[in-house]
Amino acid sequence: MPKPRKNSQKRQGTRDFIQGNAIVANAALAAGATHFFGYPITPSTEIFENWVRIVGDPHNPARSPITKEPLHYLQCEDEMASGFAMIGACMAGKKTFTATAGPGNILMQDAFSAAEALRIPTVAVIMQRGGLSTSTVIYSQEEVTLTTFGGNGEGFRIVYSPSGLQELYNYVIKAFNSAWAYRYPTFVLADGYQGKMEGEVVCSPMKKSEYIESEPILLGKSRKKGKSTNLRNCYDQEEEINAVIEEYKADFARDSKKIAESESYRTRDAHTVIIAHGIVGTAAKVAVDTLRANSAKVGLWRPITLRPLDTSSLTQIVRIAKKIIFIESALGQMARIVNDEIMNIYSIKSVTHPTSQKVANFFKPAIGITPQEITDFVLKNT
Amino acid sequence: MSTRTKKTTQPSFPACYKVSSKPHKFCPGCGHPVALHELGVVIDTLKIQDSTAFLIDIGCSLLAWDFFDVDTSQTHHGRTIPVATGFKRANPTSTVIAYLGDGGGYAIGMQHLVHAALRNENITVIIINNLNYGMTGGQMAPTTIEDQPPTTTAPFSRFEDIYGHAIKGPEMLRTIATDGAYLARTSTDNPVHVRMTLQKALIHQKQNNGLSFVEVLSYCPNNWKTNAKETLTWLQKFKTEYPIFEEIIGQNKTGDETKQ
Repeated sequence: MPKPRKNSQKRQGTRDFIQGNAIVANAALAAGATHFFGYPITPSTEIFENWVRIVGDPHNPARSPITKEPLHYLQCEDEMASGFAMIGACMAGKKTFTATAGPGNILMQDAFSAAEALRIPTVAVIMQRGGLSTSTVIYSQEEVTLTTFGGNGEGFRIVYSPSGLQELYNYVIKAFNSAWAYRYPTFVLADGYQGKMEGEVVCSPMKKSEYIESEPILLGKSRKKGKSTNLRNCYDQEEEINAVIEEYKADFARDSKKIAESESYRTRDAHTVIIAHGIVGTAAKVAVDTLRANSAKVGLWRPITLRPLDTSSLTQIVRIAKKIIFIESALGQMARIVNDEIMNIYSIKSVTHPTSQKVANFFKPAIGITPQEITDFVLKNT
Repeated sequence: MSTRTKKTTQPSFPACYKVSSKPHKFCPGCGHPVALHELGVVIDTLKIQDSTAFLIDIGCSLLAWDFFDVDTSQTHHGRTIPVATGFKRANPTSTVIAYLGDGGGYAIGMQHLVHAALRNENITVIIINNLNYGMTGGQMAPTTIEDQPPTTTAPFSRFEDIYGHAIKGPEMLRTIATDGAYLARTSTDNPVHVRMTLQKALIHQKQNNGLSFVEVLSYCPNNWKTNAKETLTWLQKFKTEYPIFEEIIGQNKTGDETKQ
């Protein structure tokens, strides 16, 4: 039935076999992004390269299918410049993004901290590579702490952790809309495997109902009314910055309820719940199916937003699980965030700590984790 | 506007001043307010109050965050220049000013200045050179010279055999800047010259001629620990080290073919 399929493809978007980093560039275009500032670093470089390919001749650039404005890019002198130029373009009201990894992510925290302080809706795609310092250029989940809480701030950020290429596409689009809806620096935290792998993805156009328009932060509506906007992140008194942080805290608590996302997979009757994110979450899902086929009551809870966490969903997991197994390609960076929230659930939400609840950790820093390894670990530890 | 027309005794500030933030936050005798006053006059003259993004850095320059009734933002460590770059590229009809000190521009954020010059970014960069780090309490700056009031981190002198010689911004940039770029140095002891220089720089940007860069030689009596007379005497001396400067790159080479 070639004809109906073609029509349905047209409506739903094209189905492409494509590399993860190229998916990011396509998704940014579909989301209405117009500006990119960056500095090459493995394994994220093809995001920049694919955006350059989309823009074409910078003297006669392609236009955004959403805003019809000319597209733009600039290779900056370093990651600090890339991050701060992104802030500048966001202040001018353009949906702007960057991509980086590893040591680049460290340098860019300078800009992300400033974006957090000034509530600038930057979008950064991080393709995690191995730590410590320069380490490997391949893969890890070791930039979780840096991306969620990097900088001298409190982590008022949105961090999506996609699990596979289709989610990578979907959550890059979502990142732009969330950033401009709530005005926090927003991250799509993937990894070198997801960036470099190729696979089939449906590149659907963004739903109109999801679209959040950008607007100038400087020289915008207030200026037209004759009122100046004076942004700053330097204060004279402790009380002044304390008041700002308290306000941001209240905003973030309110917005978190709308932002937070997670996936609970076969958890309803699960005795053992695996908690894993990103590409390890994909492997864990396969393992859950295998274990279920062998009558093991195992489920998966996968935080899609690492910041803020989906507390209400996690509360359900905490209530039912007899055993929680944290699995990640790091020494517990995700587990620390989740454990912290679990302690909050026990203390604030009056959930009684089940004394019989056991916890196990399967941490393989900087190395991928296969479904078979997860299956073996769960069988051995339940 | 309305607040100033109420009483005839109101001070005659430039119209783009934010009156509610006056008196300003700078130390008595500081050179920043001199430069900012002249900038305010130029903003009024060119009628660009509603289309200017005034971007400031950390250090003493940050005290200008609400100096003008102009849209502003503040970052740090010379990153003001890439913020200005991003803003201007995303809003090419705006007037974008990056305002920073000699530490941000010539040390911790030097790469941004160099690359903005290489790319000939169509922004105006103003660097206040007061030969020390003012906000942190008078430490050695890249602009500190051997013979000047002592700094707290080089109290005996900036020994050139240890630290090398001081940086000279416009003179350095002229070796790398693109044809058409406007480079200048002015001094706060001559406010009219400051005004004329800043006006040329902003007209340069409005005419899309690329980078305009102005170093303003300034004074810092609080950290120099000088009275008014000594301050001006030192500044005169520093003008031999940091002479008044003006060049449009390529003008001489091509026989006045710049777009001025």
